[in-house]
Amino acid sequence: MKMKLATVALGAAVAASPALADLTFTALSYRTGPYAANGIPFADGYADYFTLLNERDGGIGGEMIELIECETGYNTEKGVECYESTKGSGALVYQPLSTGITYQLIPKATADEIPVHSMGYGRTSAKNGEVFNYIFNYPANYWDGASVAIKYLLNENGGSLEGKKIALVYHNSAYGKEPIRTLEELSAKHGYELITLPVDHPGQEQKSQWLQIRRDKPDYTLMWGWGVMNQVAIQEAVNIRYPMENFIGIWWSGSENDVLPAGEGANGYKALTFHNVGSDYPVFDDIQQYVVDAGKAAGAGDQIGTALYNRGLYAAMLAAEAAKTAQEMHGTSTLTPQQMRDGMENLEITEAKMTDLGLPGFGPEFSVSCQNHGGDGYAAVAQWDAAAGEWSLITDYMQADLDVLSPLIEEDSAAFAAEAGIEPGCAM
Amino acid sequence: MPDQLLYAMEVTLNGLMAGVLYALVALGFVLIFKASGIFNYAQGVMALFAALTLVGIQDGQVPFAHLINAIFGTDVHHFGWHVPAILAILLTVVVMVAFAWIVERYILRHLVNQPGIILFMATIGLAYFMEGFGDMMWGSDIKKLDVGLPQGINIAIDDTTFNWFGYGFFIDNLDISATIVAVILVVALTVFSQYSKQGRALRAVADDHQAALSVGISLRFIWVLVWSIAGFVALVAGIMWGSKSGVQFSLSLIALKALPVLMLGGFTSIPGAIVGGLIIGVGEKLFEFAIGPLVGGATENWFAYVLALLFLVFRPQGLFGEKIIERV
Repeated sequence: MKMKLATVALGAAVAASPALADLTFTALSYRTGPYAANGIPFADGYADYFTLLNERDGGIGGEMIELIECETGYNTEKGVECYESTKGSGALVYQPLSTGITYQLIPKATADEIPVHSMGYGRTSAKNGEVFNYIFNYPANYWDGASVAIKYLLNENGGSLEGKKIALVYHNSAYGKEPIRTLEELSAKHGYELITLPVDHPGQEQKSQWLQIRRDKPDYTLMWGWGVMNQVAIQEAVNIRYPMENFIGIWWSGSENDVLPAGEGANGYKALTFHNVGSDYPVFDDIQQYVVDAGKAAGAGDQIGTALYNRGLYAAMLAAEAAKTAQEMHGTSTLTPQQMRDGMENLEITEAKMTDLGLPGFGPEFSVSCQNHGGDGYAAVAQWDAAAGEWSLITDYMQADLDVLSPLIEEDSAAFAAEAGIEPGCAM
Repeated sequence: MPDQLLYAMEVTLNGLMAGVLYALVALGFVLIFKASGIFNYAQGVMALFAALTLVGIQDGQVPFAHLINAIFGTDVHHFGWHVPAILAILLTVVVMVAFAWIVERYILRHLVNQPGIILFMATIGLAYFMEGFGDMMWGSDIKKLDVGLPQGINIAIDDTTFNWFGYGFFIDNLDISATIVAVILVVALTVFSQYSKQGRALRAVADDHQAALSVGISLRFIWVLVWSIAGFVALVAGIMWGSKSGVQFSLSLIALKALPVLMLGGFTSIPGAIVGGLIIGVGEKLFEFAIGPLVGGATENWFAYVLALLFLVFRPQGLFGEKIIERV
């Protein structure tokens, strides 16, 4: 009898403990709190892609995927708690989904030798992989975004922005201030006047900023906003009759959530993006069949194809491809975080690969290396069609002005290395 | 007229309008504090909950749909009808009255004679409960609120000021609506408290709980009444702010805008909330206009509190608050 009990207890313990042979991914998500409307679609997309790989392909390289989701509420302290409580689970990579959490995790994850992927957010100079060995921010960062916005405006104006006025409405935080240095450098290069207009958190009251825009009449307005700031800014722009086609947001100001409250008035608003929009891709048919219809969708299944769902799905796809690369490199199906890092550092996304994955033309082609953890800095411009209720890409992917950005990244990462006592070099 | 003066006039007018919106939030705090001495931390969340309920009713959304679907494996989200705005507002008022009754029955009744700090902490708990409950009931997606209020630039003012000064002033139609609603609300609340039996009872409770009880006024009824009125005021604030940004969970943060107004106007005065709102609105906007560009901008949040603190130094009870004299 005792033997039987011991066997049952052992069996239960084995069943309850994490399956160490699985590939464990973590999602520091926020499905609650003031930013839940944005956190839910991203988390759904991230989870659904891994579920698809498990259900359709039996995981990655024969290893099933275990996704550990930890609720941060978009709170930096909770995010760090999530990291500390899950890092012992064999997590291969962290997607912090917050610039604040990313900044906190940079020293911790580097010390623990666990890679972090801050896709389109976080510390821009983490692009320098020789300083930030375990931090990746491919395929594009905030400075790439600022540069691509200016490049787009150059294209719209026959290659010259001489004498133009460009306003930047930004969240008055480290995140919102990220593009200023880049835009100043580009202003010196292209001869436009930059007007900066900070908006305090959370951004529900922006009358002063938009009265100033009405007075100064900038030719174009860029926005680095988040949460309620985006919706209010777009509504205020509509109120003062600012031409929406001249109003361009960063990718965190370009979801359906941001434009729907302003209704028809938001028609023509533009936003940058580093991945495609909509659900007209073969992979979504598979998600419907293997995930949604099977009752395994992460959420209510009503976010599929939205801008942020697609971003979550794209992040999961990049993580899965990095894991495949790591498996090939090391000749093993099970991975350690260090091997995953190697996979991320040797990741190459080609059009042929995306087509095979059911995502033709979904994102730019790019490659990662020891020196370059940020990809090639490509982004495109999407425009909102209020009548159809959908975004559509109106440009090809454009590369950021690396002549301007590379020295800035070098300078910032060198300062970090000096401060943190890091001797730059490749980890492999 | 110099351009800068014209701009300053425009900023002042917009500051007055913004002040009215702040005052709408502050009014709810004042009503409850005046009647029960409770600083209601949940007032911002009440505005959020009221607005969520209004949109949910208007759009025919099934409450707790996510929970129902998860438990029963169903796929229900909407009833398939659209309720007219006025009816939806009335139904939301009913919900807020029911909420007031529940608060009295299950929280306040058990905390009679407890120190103010205990009641304050109870409202903190209430705020977080309501936030989670609202999320579970109506979902956390951002909802468009449309009760037919006009939005955007007022053409008549734009044209008139352009003809006068050669520069058209921007005034948002929504702000004008908010001002009209606020005036009606203050007049109605004043008439109610001065001339109705319940209003006089409410004032009696505000003056002295024990004395009011001794003459047969039901403290419980008054609390339900005042929380119901505060719920209605929260609904009005939720409509005005929700029309600007959509109804979303950040709406609860509008309470932060009311605090300096309360510090300045006093916690016990309805006119104080209005005047305080106007002073804060104009003060922060003019400061941002004149000084903001010199110090990097984004001064409004902190300057509102600096302004309120300055007033506090000279009038600790606020502009219109009652001076508390305790004899020992």
